[in-house]
Amino acid sequence: MTTESAGAPIIELRRLNKWYGEFHVLKDINLEVAKGERVVVCGPSGSGKSTMIRCINRLEEHQRGQIIVAGIELTSDVRNIEAIRREVGMVFQQFNLFPHLTVLQNLTLAPIWVRKLPKKEAEETARLYLDRVKIPEQADKYPGQLSGGQQQRVAIARSLCMKPEIMLFDEPTSALDPEMIKEVLDVMIELAEEGMTMVCVTHEMGFARTVADTMVFMDRGEIVERGSPKEFFADPKSDRTKLFLSQILAH
Amino acid sequence: MPTDTIPRPTRPSPWRNPAVRSMVVQVLFVAAVLALGAFLVHNTVVNLRRQNIAGGFGFLDREAAFGIGEALIAYTPADTYARAFFVGLLNTLYVAGLGVVLATILGTVMGIARLSRNWLVSKLAQIYVETFRNIPLLLQLFFWWGLLRETAPAPRQAWQPLPDVFVSNRGIAFVVPSPDPAYGWMALAFLVGLAATIGAFRWARQRQAQTGQQFPTGWIGLGLVVGLPLAMFLLSGAPLTLDRPEMKGFNFTGGHAVSPEFAALLLGLVIYSGTFIAEIVRAGILAVSWGQTEAAMALGLHPIQRMRLIVLPQALRVIIPPMTSQYLSLTKNSSLAVAIGYPDLVSVTNTMINQTGQAVEGIAMIMAVYLTISLIISALMNVYNRSVALVER
Amino acid sequence: MTDVTQELPIVVEPPPPATAGPLGWLRANLFSNVFNTILTILAAALLAVTIPPIIRWALFDAIWAAPNSRACRGAGACWAFIHEKLRFILFGTFPYEEQWRPLLAVVIFIALIVASCDRRLWGRSLAFLWLLGLVAVGVLMWGGIFGLSFVGNQLWSGLPLTLILAVVGMAFAFPLAILLALGRRSQLPAVRTICVAYIELIRGVPLITVLFMASVMLPLFLPAGMTIDKLLRAQDAIILFAAAYLAEVVRGGLQAIPKGQIEAADALGLTYWQRTRRIVLPQALALVIPPLVNTFIGTFKDTTLVIIIGLFDLLGTINAALNDANWRGTSTEAYIFAAAIYFCFCFFMSRYSQMLEREFNKGRRQ
Repeated sequence: MTTESAGAPIIELRRLNKWYGEFHVLKDINLEVAKGERVVVCGPSGSGKSTMIRCINRLEEHQRGQIIVAGIELTSDVRNIEAIRREVGMVFQQFNLFPHLTVLQNLTLAPIWVRKLPKKEAEETARLYLDRVKIPEQADKYPGQLSGGQQQRVAIARSLCMKPEIMLFDEPTSALDPEMIKEVLDVMIELAEEGMTMVCVTHEMGFARTVADTMVFMDRGEIVERGSPKEFFADPKSDRTKLFLSQILAH
Repeated sequence: MPTDTIPRPTRPSPWRNPAVRSMVVQVLFVAAVLALGAFLVHNTVVNLRRQNIAGGFGFLDREAAFGIGEALIAYTPADTYARAFFVGLLNTLYVAGLGVVLATILGTVMGIARLSRNWLVSKLAQIYVETFRNIPLLLQLFFWWGLLRETAPAPRQAWQPLPDVFVSNRGIAFVVPSPDPAYGWMALAFLVGLAATIGAFRWARQRQAQTGQQFPTGWIGLGLVVGLPLAMFLLSGAPLTLDRPEMKGFNFTGGHAVSPEFAALLLGLVIYSGTFIAEIVRAGILAVSWGQTEAAMALGLHPIQRMRLIVLPQALRVIIPPMTSQYLSLTKNSSLAVAIGYPDLVSVTNTMINQTGQAVEGIAMIMAVYLTISLIISALMNVYNRSVALVER
Repeated sequence: MTDVTQELPIVVEPPPPATAGPLGWLRANLFSNVFNTILTILAAALLAVTIPPIIRWALFDAIWAAPNSRACRGAGACWAFIHEKLRFILFGTFPYEEQWRPLLAVVIFIALIVASCDRRLWGRSLAFLWLLGLVAVGVLMWGGIFGLSFVGNQLWSGLPLTLILAVVGMAFAFPLAILLALGRRSQLPAVRTICVAYIELIRGVPLITVLFMASVMLPLFLPAGMTIDKLLRAQDAIILFAAAYLAEVVRGGLQAIPKGQIEAADALGLTYWQRTRRIVLPQALALVIPPLVNTFIGTFKDTTLVIIIGLFDLLGTINAALNDANWRGTSTEAYIFAAAIYFCFCFFMSRYSQMLEREFNKGRRQ
């Protein structure tokens, strides 16, 4: 059951199509995400799920269709792109922290240079979010000195410092050693419970069951099935969904 | 109650003791090297005495008795060998310094062009790099020298690629503004502009830290550094008399002229070293993973901010060490001047050796100079590396 | 409620015409935005201005056969000079009738270089092949046996001399470099100091000084009465110079070997020389083959400097050919021809080393 939203959806993908050269990677994607909704996207590799969410903040360019985020349409217009990127935070599989800056500097960089905040205010916000992800003592360390789980939590905090309306997660735990996955998922669950709009590409089905409002299954560039987690896991309708779930839930 | 003492380990016989063995090996090695050295030195002394060649550096005070084509300081054949050596040294530093600056500019532009998404630009840069990297430098020097000395016409029919720039087989003569007291004031204005810009940067950074507002220091700085001297220029009545090269007799007078040797050396060095610098710059920028740029984009930074705050700091760490090594290479390559007749350090010392026969001292002096330059650059590089090293576990 | 979108796969559509295919490539690579378009136009203009005159000079207006430079003077290139002097440029002062011998020597060198690119041959058989090749080259160049007339090495010049200097230089520099690299990493301070001093001294000075040193000082180092051949002096200088740079390359390889390898060898009871020879060196050398090839390319280019001490390699013969009073003013054509020869060798080798590097990186996914 999707959460009833007040007003227009905060993300709208209408007939989204993308090609890499001749390869049709996203085929007529239609998706609506309401404010405060938590969407988990899953599917086999090569299904286009990462490409889809990377189109939302223009890390990838779409050739046909419309993307509307927080009421702004995503076109080649640089102002639109920058406005959307201010409101959308992204967490990458490879963390992508800036190694030549301290943790604190990583967090305050964008608020200072994009939102034009004074340094003190930016640092206060940064320490607040470092606290939220439970590593306040690492503020003056460099990313190279942290473990993978700590780095990813810093990456989440870095996006949160921009106070975005939407958070995108591109397989955030896939590059982590197993013992560190839980600490990152815990942070993401807390974030979800506070009402953040999230679109998450992940293989962590336990997390999906806990947090998701909507499950979306993609295969070969198209959305094959979507629904509430309960129905999705208990009674998948499509054969391709059944096949995928049997493979991923076998362990 | 333990009554038996703990048995001490038996000391190995000296033959089997690693410490003793290593000492013996070292002593033998050093002795062998010293013996070889002594043998060579003995032979050298005997041979030199046989040929009636003096030893020692006393010859440096003797009169040089040879002319030097181009010199940055006053020099006549009546000056000492020491002064001649110094003239050569200055010439080397001059062409190397100028070469380093120009090669860096050319190389950086070409390196960035190589990375351009524009296929045509990228391919042209690649052709430049591949062509001039795979041809020996000495060959390139001979080519340019031949072009400028033989193929170029006599001054009367000089080529004129640009107005008031004349290329003939006597060199390249080009127009320069004649000196004027106003230029001194302009230089002063430039320094004032520079100081003001630095001050503006500091003030803007403070302001940003406190209020978050950004100040276009880049443009303001540019305006100050260019505008103040310009204003001074206009205020002094815009004095601009051009010193044009003019044909007088068989050659040009006026303007500033460089010999074909200097031009060929500089051209060859810059074009050749530029290829290596282009590859270094390209590798440095590629070394910054694309994910860094993506993360910066996702945070909303725009292209100039991304370059300045994220890509360039990381790229420079990878670029600067091999870059300084390339500068050293360029300086050493300038010694090829001896083949085309530009009086650099090696050239002048070569003449000295030919005249005095004191080859050992001469070559030792050249090596000492280049070694000193090498060591200085290495030391500076180590300091830089230590200060910017990325901190890791 | 589950929303099942299409059961059947959507028909795969072709991309919009302006975004793929040749038109799409043009748009993405040459005209993607205003700035790019301007760049493309400027670059195309530059090509249009420079290429046609060069082609006209080099091909259409060129003169291919002429008796001397006056007959050759025209708007175009004087390739007649090359035509006339080709054998001198390639083989220099080697006796005219015997020039098939250096030609064969060059062919052997090229065959060996090409054979070395085949990885299946790497190992003992390749080393043996090179040894055989070098002996054959020696026999061809010196002669004196098998009915060949003796040609002293003062007459060797041109392309064969360049190849000999480069190949023999690398061949002897290589073992010396390995010793230097091992010495530099040695635990014995005396050995380490001397090796470091040698490497840093040679790397800190230009090749020309090492050549001068060899040319002028080697005769002084020898006991009275012994003389040393000019070619040998130059060859020694190149060997000593290349060894210092190779030593740094080998050292890089040695440093990349994980400590665990040495510990495992020690645990098995191998001595220092056994573990170096059988465990450490093979891995280290395999790691640094691309930089080794690059050093060879550098040495090949460096052979041109022997002209300064009076040897006539390929560049030397070109300069000597240019001294002919009948052919004034053809330096540009001559140097372009020489450049083409050097370029062929160096470009081929550098492409090969890049390919090797790519393959090595593929096998090293960590």
